[in-house]
Amino acid sequence: MKSWLTTTDHKRIGLLYFWTAFGFFMIGGLEALIIRAQLVRPDGGLGVSAETFNQLFTMHGTTMVFLALMPLSAAFFNYIIPLQIGARDVAFPRLNAFSYWVFLLGGLFLNASFVAGPLFGADRLSVAPDAGWFGYANLTSRQFSPGPNVDFWLLGLQILGIASLAAGFNFVVTILNMRAPGMRMLRLPPFTWMTLITQFLVITAFPVITVALVLLMFDRFFGTHFFLPAGGGDPILWQHLFWMFGHPEVYILILPAMGIISEVLPTFSKKPLFGYTVVVYSGVVIAFLGWSVWSHHMFSTGLGPIADSVFAGTTMLIAIPTGVKIFNWIGTLWGGQIRFTTSLLFAVGFIAMFIIGGLSGVTHASAPSDLQQTDTYYVVAHIHYVLFGGTILGLFSGIYYWWPKMTGRFLSERMGKVHFWLTLIGMNLAFFPMHFSGLLGMPRRIYTYSADLGVARFNQLSTIGAFLIGIATLVFFWNLLRTRRRPSNAPANPWGGATLEWAISSPPPVYNFTVIPTVTSRLPLWQTERHAPMAPLPDRPPAPIHVPGGSWWPMITAFGLPIIAIGALAHLIPIVLAGAAVVIVGIYRWAYEPFEM
Amino acid sequence: MTHGSTHATSMGVDNRKMAFWAFIGSECLLFGSLIATYLVYKGRSLVGPYPHEILNIPFTSFSTFDLLMSSLAMVLALAAVQRGDMKQGKLWLFVTALLGLIFLGGQFWEFSHFVHEGLGLTTNLFGSTFYVLTGTHGAHVTVGVIWLLTLWIQALRGKLGPQNALTVEITGLYWHFVDVVWIVIFTVVYLIQ
Amino acid sequence: MTEQTGAHATTGTYLRIAAILVMITLIEVGVFYVPAFQSVLVPVLLVLSAVKFTLVVMFYMHLKFDNRFFAFLFGGPLLLGFAVVVSLLLIFYGAIRLRTGM
Repeated sequence: MKSWLTTTDHKRIGLLYFWTAFGFFMIGGLEALIIRAQLVRPDGGLGVSAETFNQLFTMHGTTMVFLALMPLSAAFFNYIIPLQIGARDVAFPRLNAFSYWVFLLGGLFLNASFVAGPLFGADRLSVAPDAGWFGYANLTSRQFSPGPNVDFWLLGLQILGIASLAAGFNFVVTILNMRAPGMRMLRLPPFTWMTLITQFLVITAFPVITVALVLLMFDRFFGTHFFLPAGGGDPILWQHLFWMFGHPEVYILILPAMGIISEVLPTFSKKPLFGYTVVVYSGVVIAFLGWSVWSHHMFSTGLGPIADSVFAGTTMLIAIPTGVKIFNWIGTLWGGQIRFTTSLLFAVGFIAMFIIGGLSGVTHASAPSDLQQTDTYYVVAHIHYVLFGGTILGLFSGIYYWWPKMTGRFLSERMGKVHFWLTLIGMNLAFFPMHFSGLLGMPRRIYTYSADLGVARFNQLSTIGAFLIGIATLVFFWNLLRTRRRPSNAPANPWGGATLEWAISSPPPVYNFTVIPTVTSRLPLWQTERHAPMAPLPDRPPAPIHVPGGSWWPMITAFGLPIIAIGALAHLIPIVLAGAAVVIVGIYRWAYEPFEM
Repeated sequence: MTHGSTHATSMGVDNRKMAFWAFIGSECLLFGSLIATYLVYKGRSLVGPYPHEILNIPFTSFSTFDLLMSSLAMVLALAAVQRGDMKQGKLWLFVTALLGLIFLGGQFWEFSHFVHEGLGLTTNLFGSTFYVLTGTHGAHVTVGVIWLLTLWIQALRGKLGPQNALTVEITGLYWHFVDVVWIVIFTVVYLIQ
Repeated sequence: MTEQTGAHATTGTYLRIAAILVMITLIEVGVFYVPAFQSVLVPVLLVLSAVKFTLVVMFYMHLKFDNRFFAFLFGGPLLLGFAVVVSLLLIFYGAIRLRTGM
């Protein structure tokens, strides 16, 4: 137990990230199922109140984006990146542990709002955030949201932002500076490349949301008018700041999944990734353009013809590098010796579903048609095709692919296929009809609708689909749990992968590599036209390897942050100061503790 | 903090220094967003006091001069530590921190003077954007002063030497960055009214 | 350490840079008070401030002498931040003109 609390081993932190994020994924999923059960028929199927419904969709979005998808990707960054680049750990192991603890505590803080009502004198148990996952002003103002709901949201997201930023700096440095000899930038595995690009987006985009949240905090706590028209402020500024972060954020969510399937497809088609450099550079282009499209979320605010045209143009442009990647993946599969493992199925599912999501995305690029789609279920359909059909299918693909490496145990392929088909059918049943209900005029975020709207049938299908996804996820969860009782018999390279993580045992020893390998090609473990496979590494390290010990200080420092947030929530300055003291003491002890790398 | 990782890195630079440059890059977006907010709301205050009625250019010019001199002291401290002259190193670290403290004192005086003149945090958009932007900068200066004093005390106790040059260098990077942010704020907030 | 930072800058350089920085600051304040400059005040001040910024970053932060990658790590986000500020201002004022018909 102590060894897990103080761990600085990237592999253990990766597993902690995985299980924690998976837990939040289940919570977010449960919220989605309640939403869908409520919408199964006109006038409400479950009798959920409007207030509860607002909390459910807000927490569903916030949880899935910040507590499930980002940290599930982070689980792979942690576990796989050091192995893929031939390193013994990340650049800053204690900072890495700090990121995890901050993420866990931030997530718990946010979810504590579900039961914190009585503490704030509310007449109901749950005071969860209720202003939507993008918290538009002035729904979030004290005037319209007097309770602690939005406070939980803005403080929780600030805490989570710190975790993401710390991890961002850590992985930028790890990938750039900790590569094994010969691992040039253009020999990096595509997953590592996409992670690097993602982290650059994180360290540039998160400061912007931090500022937006701080300004909102000033509005709510200290009575400023940054987003309040009463004092001359402009609610539209919130939208700008949020989406300047928010659009890079969607690429933060999708690029890691793109990286994962760029590993899975070559392995299971026994072919190198088609157009490796093009995949890498299109990832870079996506990141750049990702910063220039934010206002397409705001066409309906009346930006004027020039801004509308510019952002429509950049948005259409960003489809090009994305489309390029699609062709690269298909080109990788083409003519390969394909093995239909669960991992490959999910990867192919990703391509197909992401194309649908990408196409509906391009329809938003055109301002006139976007005006029809804004705030309807059509947008909900789009975001779920890219984030579920894209990110989640990609992450599932990665789990089936790397689980033997991470645990030494195989997931059941048969259950995996059940999981895949149920998920695929379920998601299409759930999200495809939303295109129609949206275009027929069903607004998003309504807790009941009238039978006259003519969308009852579509909603019924969506609900059935959502529950199919729920069942599929339970199958998957059972599959995961089941491996704990399976023999640890995975060989070092069960799938015949080409990258360095497959050169060492499954699971890897604490020091990862007995000898740091020297890399001479992009596919070190494969026989290619010009390169022989790398010589196997020795079974035992020729010399003792120093492994850094654990540290309590990352966790203790992390604990200071929710204490500060609780103090702010309760308007108790002494608690804020106590939390700050914990952080300061933690940082000093951390800085001066002997910790040999 | 007290020991440098000496093993070879892929880019030939220290991990901590690279992380710090990435952090500074990230801070550009933080201050960029705050400055953007200030500029977007420029001239949109519904009531006074307005910037030209209250900003004190001679006083702030002195603060700017003070911060520029602290940057000079900082590079001199680093140069001294790098060549192992800890006597000079101690002196200049202290001078840097002291100049930082003078800046903070000036900011405290400025803020209380403004409040006295009727410009509070919530008075108008100018007040809100001004205090949050310059306050965030002031918070950065405060962190820098604490960091510098920590190094200075370490040096007094003989625990800071040329082997810690990198730590001092990174402290310097932070300090100079805070200085350049002020260079921008001085122009955008104070001089361009 | 594998790099030798600051090897090219001497105390003399630091003092000279400081003198230039102070001089520019004096010019900035001077320009501010001279009525004749009012029409070109904004561009002049922006250029002067950019010069100061560059001097501190290049010499005091050693970016001129250090690993060129740091310039990318800092310059990339800096330009991004600048672009974002400028485009936000353009959008905002464009939208306001549209709304108010001014």
